[in-house]
Amino acid sequence: MKFTRRHTLAAALSVAVLSLFGCGKNEEAKPAASAPAAASAPAEKKAEPLHVAFVYVGPVGDAGWTYAHDAARKVAEAKYGDRIKTTFVENVPESAADAERVMRDLASQGNKLIFGTTFGYMEAMLKVAKDFPDVKFEHATGYKTADNLAQYDVRTYEGAYLAGVAAGKLTKSNKLGVVGSVPIPEVLRNINSFTLGAKSVNPKITTKVVWVNKWFDPGKEREAAITLIGQGVDVLMQNTDSAAVVQTAQEKGVYAFGWDSDMSKFGEKAHMAASVIDWSVYYTKRIGDVLDGTWKTGTTWWGLKEGMIDLKAFNASLSDDVKKVIAEKRQGVIDGTAPIWKGPIKDNTGKEVLPKDKVADDKFLHDIIFYVEGVEGKVPG
Amino acid sequence: MAYFSPLLALALTLFFGALLFLALGKNPLTGLQVFLLEPVKSRAAISELLLKTTPLVLTALGLSVCYRANVWNIGAEGQLIAGGIAAGSTILMFDNGAHLLSGGMVLVLASLAGVVGGALWASITALLRDRFNANEILVSLMLTYIAQLLLMYMVNGPLKDPHGMNFPQSRVFSPEFLLPMLVPGSRLHVGFAVMLVATAVMTVFVYRSFAGYRLTVGGLAPLAARYAGFSSRRALWTSLLISGGFAGIAGAFEVSGPIGQVLPSISPGYGFAAIIVAFVGRLNPIGTIFGGLILSLFYLGGEMAQSRLGLPSAITGLFQGMLLFLLLACDTLINYRLRWVAQPQS
Amino acid sequence: MENLAALVAASINSGTPLLIAALGLLINERAGVLNLGAEGMMLVAAIAGFAVGYHTHSPLLGFVAGAVAGMLMSSLFAWLTLVLATNQVATGLALSIFGAGLSAFMGQSFVGMSLTTRPTAIPYLADLPFVGVALFSHHWIVYFSLLLCAAIIWFLYRTRAGLVLRSIGESPESAHALGYPVRSIRFAALLFGGACCGVAGAYLSLVYTPMWVEGLVAGRGWIALALTTFATWRPARVLLGALLFGSVTILQFHFQAIGIAIPSQILSMLPYVATIVVLVLISRNPDWIRLNMPASLGKPFRPG
Repeated sequence: MKFTRRHTLAAALSVAVLSLFGCGKNEEAKPAASAPAAASAPAEKKAEPLHVAFVYVGPVGDAGWTYAHDAARKVAEAKYGDRIKTTFVENVPESAADAERVMRDLASQGNKLIFGTTFGYMEAMLKVAKDFPDVKFEHATGYKTADNLAQYDVRTYEGAYLAGVAAGKLTKSNKLGVVGSVPIPEVLRNINSFTLGAKSVNPKITTKVVWVNKWFDPGKEREAAITLIGQGVDVLMQNTDSAAVVQTAQEKGVYAFGWDSDMSKFGEKAHMAASVIDWSVYYTKRIGDVLDGTWKTGTTWWGLKEGMIDLKAFNASLSDDVKKVIAEKRQGVIDGTAPIWKGPIKDNTGKEVLPKDKVADDKFLHDIIFYVEGVEGKVPG
Repeated sequence: MAYFSPLLALALTLFFGALLFLALGKNPLTGLQVFLLEPVKSRAAISELLLKTTPLVLTALGLSVCYRANVWNIGAEGQLIAGGIAAGSTILMFDNGAHLLSGGMVLVLASLAGVVGGALWASITALLRDRFNANEILVSLMLTYIAQLLLMYMVNGPLKDPHGMNFPQSRVFSPEFLLPMLVPGSRLHVGFAVMLVATAVMTVFVYRSFAGYRLTVGGLAPLAARYAGFSSRRALWTSLLISGGFAGIAGAFEVSGPIGQVLPSISPGYGFAAIIVAFVGRLNPIGTIFGGLILSLFYLGGEMAQSRLGLPSAITGLFQGMLLFLLLACDTLINYRLRWVAQPQS
Repeated sequence: MENLAALVAASINSGTPLLIAALGLLINERAGVLNLGAEGMMLVAAIAGFAVGYHTHSPLLGFVAGAVAGMLMSSLFAWLTLVLATNQVATGLALSIFGAGLSAFMGQSFVGMSLTTRPTAIPYLADLPFVGVALFSHHWIVYFSLLLCAAIIWFLYRTRAGLVLRSIGESPESAHALGYPVRSIRFAALLFGGACCGVAGAYLSLVYTPMWVEGLVAGRGWIALALTTFATWRPARVLLGALLFGSVTILQFHFQAIGIAIPSQILSMLPYVATIVVLVLISRNPDWIRLNMPASLGKPFRPG
């Protein structure tokens, strides 16, 4: 049959039109009701739940950074039940242009507390915070604050330190390796703390670092891990967000640590422990503060002591005396008797950066742009 | 009639989209409403829509010229980044408190730097194709990856903010070195006006100028063009430099506008989305505005669908891809008659 | 030395998906069709392969699923370009963009899941010093890719069918005049190419890094396309090219690990710069390209 142009067009158009209007006629009333209940029905006597929004840089299923944030969100939801209503937007790139729009949209949708979970959102949040003075903003891992913009961060370096302790005990080649993401102070601090932890139980170790220049890229993370293993490294650490390093370690028969979340299912033999972040400690507190009306801006940097980070998910094969050493060191950090960053500490060019017996303050920790003794190579950039 | 195909493709995309929402357990009409109508509900939302359209249309204007000339420039993203680096560096050079030049002058310089940066980046592709016959698709794409890495290097090194805690980003530009807003209180900057002017200029160029005519013929009928004496070499260079320049200024506007500094990532893939915009706009300057609006709508609608309806973030990419595909299919179905003819017995 | 062996092994692993995909694309291009949708096909195949592999606990089924997914994607392309005679470049681009969106969408519920894979060691040979680690301790798919390469060489140059395919790539009009069903053969070539890209994509999510994340393929589809060009459409050269590219990818990290003082971002540019350089070297001589490139590559064929 001759299928003319007219037939095709008629068919296509009618299908398209029908789908949009035909079968949807009786649903037209619904959209109004499905729109978010920012302005709730006037008859309701119950208090309007607090709308809390979370903005994520990655997908919630990434088994790493964003996963940890979302897990905390769920804990907060469970704790406060009807009193709060949470939403999240994932995969919002760090490029300020998009983040600003998303934050603005969330703020104008009635969210009164907004969490931005990556450094790149800082400038955007500053701008939006200025325009929405009655909305409270919380920014992670940054440094600028405002009356309604607070900063929060977790002492990931404490988790890295404990992992280093384990690494120092586990290594046979005395060569440790770190798959690094982006050479910012936080990551340098983690690499250094990892090395300090290992050296505290095994002065002979050295650490090599390979930079992937991304937070998340399984293929590159694997390749970096392979090159480190090829250099004789038998314990791996990562500051990247995927489980590729653990998988590679499992395949090649070396050890690794989970980062941000428990990654043991990716490498049952290789995964010795994980430095796990528990953001819910902070989230539940801050949400509670807003509900009580006691929220104030500020900078919070919590760690082992407050329960925001810990070395967990120990592998069954980890010996008891290693666990004992880790527990001792852990207690030493928590009660302040054995702080991680206590002098004398030299950088890897031999220069002393922390004099004997001096304990580093937060300012020092924020300005780390060197490698400690034991780490090979030069800091990039 | 030429616009029928994109409209039909759009309608079909929405139809399949509605099916998709249904499959995800959401009311398809609500889904479409949030996707299409929420982004234009308020003045603020519309200004955001137009803001997002700016880099898309600017880049697509240049790409349209390229594709008309049958030069397949896939590297607009890299050219955009190169322009952003150039513009950002220029602003940082003058933003040192010495007030050598006024804010306006610096912005003009920076925008020009963006054009030059993007054009330079595209000229690499042109050179390699001209001198060595290297396929421009592959070269321009490889250069995109290289440009992204170059940006990373710049923000980690030469452009890094000395007071920024060693974070890989530049200083935030002082307010006088940011693009002025067209609509005060919104983020819609003068780049939008430039985009409109550029569209008008390109329309004249493509449809009224001899140079534009040469390029179009060169793409449609290369042999005829050669016979008429139109240099394909000139077409190659002209089209790549133009599209590089446009992508570059789009990058410059992003950096000096909504972003306000140089970051490790200044484009969420505008250079690639612009390819779709160019096609949806039938490679016609006015059409690219239409295409740009649709794609911006998809971006913004996708975001809102996430926060309002809990739909997955991958919806945007899916819609964009579907649109392009359906567009190509509709093109043929509309322009040709399908005849099922029995295969002749061999 | 065992360092070097490990590096060789890693380079081979890194180059395997490129090899498989490029071989499939080579068949496409030898038949005269340019399918730029390799990236999209690999992405969809990667998630399809992972999903099936995860639910059935069988990587083999995962690979089959990947191949099927690749074929489905390429048949979409084939219908558009062969039946509707749309522009091959634009359609290929559309396929890539669509594949990216589709794979991200399909993969939503699979992010964060894992699989375990076991490399296959060839008994006895795997214990040899150096070559044991470098060559004989890989996943079976690596050996499959070598067999595939050999099979394609045999097919193209030793069989009548291969000859017909090549002639269609050179001059579809002549082949049509001789009575060969040009479009059917091209369709078959596209399906094969899709299946190969599918297997390559599945390799990434089942063997290389057994997980799914958005954008897992990370541009390898485009690299595979480049490979076919700078191998001047010869399978043996594709093998060399894949190995070369795989090594450069590993080398950038190796240079970092041994402390070479070049910024890591610059080192990361190595694979892409290398691709451009080789492309330039190969394309430099227009006669050489004209001699080797299938003459009808990229041009639509409309019989009658």
